[in-house]
Amino acid sequence: MPELQQLTTAIDQATSPVELIGAVRALAAAKLEAGIPALIKALGYNNPGAAAVAVGGLVQLGDVAVAPLLEQLDGYNYGARAYAIRALAAIAHPCALEVLLEAAATDFAPSVRRAATKGLGHLRWEELPSDRQVHAQTQALQVLLQVSEDLDWAIRYAAVVGLQALGESAIEPLTPQAIRDRLQTLATTDPDLATQARATLARDRLNQNCSPQLSVCH
Amino acid sequence: MVERLHLNSELPMERSPAMPEGTEPLTAEQAIANLRHEDLSLRYYAAWWLGKYQVSAPAAVDALIAALADDSDRTELGGYPLRRNAARALGKLADDRAVPGLIQCLDCDDFYVREAAAQSLGMLGNAACVPALIRLLDGGVAAAQFVAGRPHLAQPCEAVIEALGALGATAAIDLIRPFVDHPVARVQYAATRAMYQLTQEAKYGERLVEALNGTDVQLRRTALSDLGAIGYVPAAEAIATSATENSFKLFALKGLLEHQLRSTPDQALSDRAIEVMDLMDHLL
Repeated sequence: MPELQQLTTAIDQATSPVELIGAVRALAAAKLEAGIPALIKALGYNNPGAAAVAVGGLVQLGDVAVAPLLEQLDGYNYGARAYAIRALAAIAHPCALEVLLEAAATDFAPSVRRAATKGLGHLRWEELPSDRQVHAQTQALQVLLQVSEDLDWAIRYAAVVGLQALGESAIEPLTPQAIRDRLQTLATTDPDLATQARATLARDRLNQNCSPQLSVCH
Repeated sequence: MVERLHLNSELPMERSPAMPEGTEPLTAEQAIANLRHEDLSLRYYAAWWLGKYQVSAPAAVDALIAALADDSDRTELGGYPLRRNAARALGKLADDRAVPGLIQCLDCDDFYVREAAAQSLGMLGNAACVPALIRLLDGGVAAAQFVAGRPHLAQPCEAVIEALGALGATAAIDLIRPFVDHPVARVQYAATRAMYQLTQEAKYGERLVEALNGTDVQLRRTALSDLGAIGYVPAAEAIATSATENSFKLFALKGLLEHQLRSTPDQALSDRAIEVMDLMDHLL
């Protein structure tokens, strides 16, 4: 793999932060599955620009990056772990469910909690065995409802976005109703106008979505 | 080091003073009592705490107003740390009784007391302070120069101008306009932001949008927060794509969104508000 070797050598030999970002960007642009370990390593270089580019590269590679990201999660330093969680949230493979549940509920960094919260709603549930889908969605719903009461408006906003997405993909018929009820409450009582407005929008979008389904039902 | 770098991507929390050693978490009653504690560090912490948790009980406001005249807590350079914290806290408590005391603070020897008082007067929204604020801009741009050996100008122009903008002090328009070209970028932005608020002329909003392309990340963040504060909705896309951390962009877009909602009848969701929310969704 001469191409990969060249690209990773450029990363190893970068002498300035800007050079490092350029080298990681080149590796990300090559979209090489074999480059995944090097992209993951770049999450921990203490260079936010390089880490953001590496996250982008990993997200583009998609599902093949999920297992390596999860395998190394505990070995990361704090900053790298945050970027890895963001990558997992964006890739949206349900294998990351446990990690995202924990990050959404308890992570120290608000940016990680926002990404995980939004990610929880957008997981591709159909990738799970069908007998696990309902349980997985119930777990996501519980955490999303919980973080929709957070003190930080942006976490609540992210919870609304997650709830809307979960409502759109819910399997269990009672889930959308539970979500609509919570959105209705947020739309009228949330202390921040922005979160109220997003809850109103989410409720309206869910209502639009469900009306054709209802007509099928009866 | 790693933690620090990571935290840089978060919104700047208001810097909280270290909790004095051996102290228990405060209650409102305890904090109010501590404002008169013999240990000066406890007074300082209590003043910050009352603002942080927005304890607006009359007893808290009274005690903080009294602290605006404190003479016991002094820095080596003659500053008044407790007055600074008390002035900052009063800005968050929405009680107009603080206005006269804060106006007096505009004459304090300590630059940082004057700055905190100007900021808080802007937040309280009571126009009675406008003449006193205007006086701090006497001499215009020519007088607004750095004090030798200090990191600040003779007067807290940035805070004064922002307060005048927030207060809708159209009487100050001619006075503020030249500050748009002040040599200090932060003062320029403050003046630009105030001029937009006072005139609603798009050219001032656009100037702040241009500032999003600046080379200094700190100044880009300032421009973002200014755009959020004035709710300049045409800036939405430029904010979303600017080279700053998502936390800052999200917060600025929140300002735009709320401004847009308030200016729509019944706070209905306009198409523009929905566009802003779609941008925000991508930054989570």
